Amino acid sequence: MTLTLGHFLSLGAVLFALSVIGIFLNRKNLIVLMMAIELMLLAVNTNFIAFSHYLGDLNGQIFVFFILTVAAAEAAIGLAILVLLFRNKASINVDELDSLKG
Amino acid sequence: MSITTGLFYLFSTVLLFSAFRVITTRNPVHAVLFLVLTFFQASMIWMLLEAEFLSLTLILVYVGAVMVLFLFVVMMLDVNIEKLRVGFWKHFPLAAIMGGLIIFEMCALLLGEFRVSEVQVAVGVLEGVVSQDSNTRALGKLLYLNYLYGLEIAAALLLVAMIAAVGLTLRHRKDSKAIDPGTQVRVKAKDRLKVVKVTTTLPAVPVASGDASAEGGKP
Repeated sequence: MTLTLGHFLSLGAVLFALSVIGIFLNRKNLIVLMMAIELMLLAVNTNFIAFSHYLGDLNGQIFVFFILTVAAAEAAIGLAILVLLFRNKASINVDELDSLKG
Repeated sequence: MSITTGLFYLFSTVLLFSAFRVITTRNPVHAVLFLVLTFFQASMIWMLLEAEFLSLTLILVYVGAVMVLFLFVVMMLDVNIEKLRVGFWKHFPLAAIMGGLIIFEMCALLLGEFRVSEVQVAVGVLEGVVSQDSNTRALGKLLYLNYLYGLEIAAALLLVAMIAAVGLTLRHRKDSKAIDPGTQVRVKAKDRLKVVKVTTTLPAVPVASGDASAEGGKP
């Protein structure tokens, strides 16, 4: 039984589904929400690399490179906002972030 | 069953278990540590896919920098965990059903349709790059020849993110007695020293001769 492209894509799919469940379950905890988003990006990156390997096209790996850059920027700014939020409201509960009255 | 297949299943099992622990564990610090384990296993999977440079980059950049940043922030915040986990187990059955459905459908589709097992010949890549070059060299050539514009945009994005993160969390203390050296250097003598014309002797007030004896003590 050899590995096929489908195995790696299924791994990415299961990881993506797990992070969707994580977002659904931890709706109040902002930190775990950000971690679940990181997991989602990891699943997408795994898909890109699997396609890149099995189709013999390096452009997919370049795309992973850029996704990593954007994810790092997103994590840095997200954590900065999180720190700012905790400093002002002393809480990271999503339910209490209703000052915009949306 | 070759060694690669066995390694794939080992890494995938650990990866999925640790990803599951990330979203279900009680303590956020443990969640971050399981996330580190997840990224490490993913990097091993990428190594199996012969993406060596990105695999090492994932460990160095993600585990080394981003996850440590996460860990710092999580340890810095004093979070009431019990309050944040209200309704966790109440929503768990529905989430498990939804997730199971997603996993079942996607796996049925992906495992059935994508049966590519042999690596195809390189297409869409520069000629002579893939065959003998290492992964890092090939990636570098592609990045600096074909994607230079995107690379510069990514660099600018990182700069903007850095400035934004610093600007968001920077806080000036109101009771600080710190002195700004720039304004100290730029100061001129006329800013500090003000010459005021003061007459030392007042002109003599002509007084009437009759009152002179009564107010004689006054200057």
